[in-house]
Amino acid sequence: MSKGKVSYLKEFTKGIWEDNPVLVMLLGLCPTLAVTNTAINSLSMGLAVLFTLTSSSIVVSLIRKFVPEEVRIPVFIVVIATFVTIVDLFLKAQFPEISNALGPFVPLIVVNCMILGRQEAFASQNPLGRSILDALGMSVGFTLALLFLGMIRELLGSGTIFAIQVMPESFQPWVIMILPPGAFLTLGFMIAGFNWVNEKVKT
Amino acid sequence: MKSAKLIIVLTVVTILAGLSLSLLNAWAEPKIEKHRMKVRNNAVKKVLPNVAKFEKDTINGSTFFIGKNDSNQIVGVSFIAKGKGYQSDIRIMVGMDTSLTNLYGAKILEQAETPGLGSKISEDPTRDDPNWFMQQFQDLKLDNQYINYIKSGQPKKNKAEIKAITGATISSKSVVNIINETVKDYKNYTNFAK
Repeated sequence: MSKGKVSYLKEFTKGIWEDNPVLVMLLGLCPTLAVTNTAINSLSMGLAVLFTLTSSSIVVSLIRKFVPEEVRIPVFIVVIATFVTIVDLFLKAQFPEISNALGPFVPLIVVNCMILGRQEAFASQNPLGRSILDALGMSVGFTLALLFLGMIRELLGSGTIFAIQVMPESFQPWVIMILPPGAFLTLGFMIAGFNWVNEKVKT
Repeated sequence: MKSAKLIIVLTVVTILAGLSLSLLNAWAEPKIEKHRMKVRNNAVKKVLPNVAKFEKDTINGSTFFIGKNDSNQIVGVSFIAKGKGYQSDIRIMVGMDTSLTNLYGAKILEQAETPGLGSKISEDPTRDDPNWFMQQFQDLKLDNQYINYIKSGQPKKNKAEIKAITGATISSKSVVNIINETVKDYKNYTNFAK
């Protein structure tokens, strides 16, 4: 993705806007659609991914010279799976409520293609500093997209944001928004809006 | 020699991964267990009134928690009722008097129902909102009736009626059925008046 010399700032910001993993690359859609029914779940998932992706990128970038081409994928997966298990155990031990809310989706970060994708496309070919910036940028972009999606869905589906009542009492919650179809609808509109803004900015 | 390197790299990586995880697990395991106990103990205290301490007791293969007050009198018994919900297994801590005719309260221990709908069954009953689903299970008379659920209208306390959660009728019904079935079962063979 970044063949020429790109500035360090760019390495970080590209994940937030122009290469946003959710809105542009459409990677990691499984957790994006599944856990964003409340803002707090979205934020927790985003932070779990931030930790996993950054840690994995650090390790993969450090060992990239020793890992032979043929076994790189299994090595990446083992590294990612290790960090995911760390997150899972940590959440279970320290934040059991969040762990309960995220349910099976924390272990499933292992197969979040965004994380493996960044290892393959970036961390395995770039020095440590750039890999960290890339991982942080991508995770922040991922988290922001999830948070935005989660806030819209929670607002329309339950009338609350971060479990705080926002809508007036008379508001009838749109139950569909917190069910899976609501995720698809909201994401569709978000991507459309994102592209529209990009078009406007270009012209 | 190329393949030897592949094997070595993979082996080293997996050993390091396994090692770090087992270290972390040694730290996390007791904490997770402690939390599980805390959830259970809190649940017992929540479903029985004025409980100061409780003892675990096994009767006919079922586990009961006998709650006692400060002066060592039995205030009630609690037990875990489990069964199928809409899409997951539900475990409920139920508190009753020793004759199993008064339901003091119930609390969901575990569930994985539809987030935002069925999952509402487990929302915290400590909030004194009478519309809170689990709040409705407090102080129901089950002497010659069982819990009923209604979909609309005002539930009648003396008829042990529960209003189902809108959009989550099956989960609500499951909670009612799980409690009813378990109580029915235990009524036949348990006697706590000792």
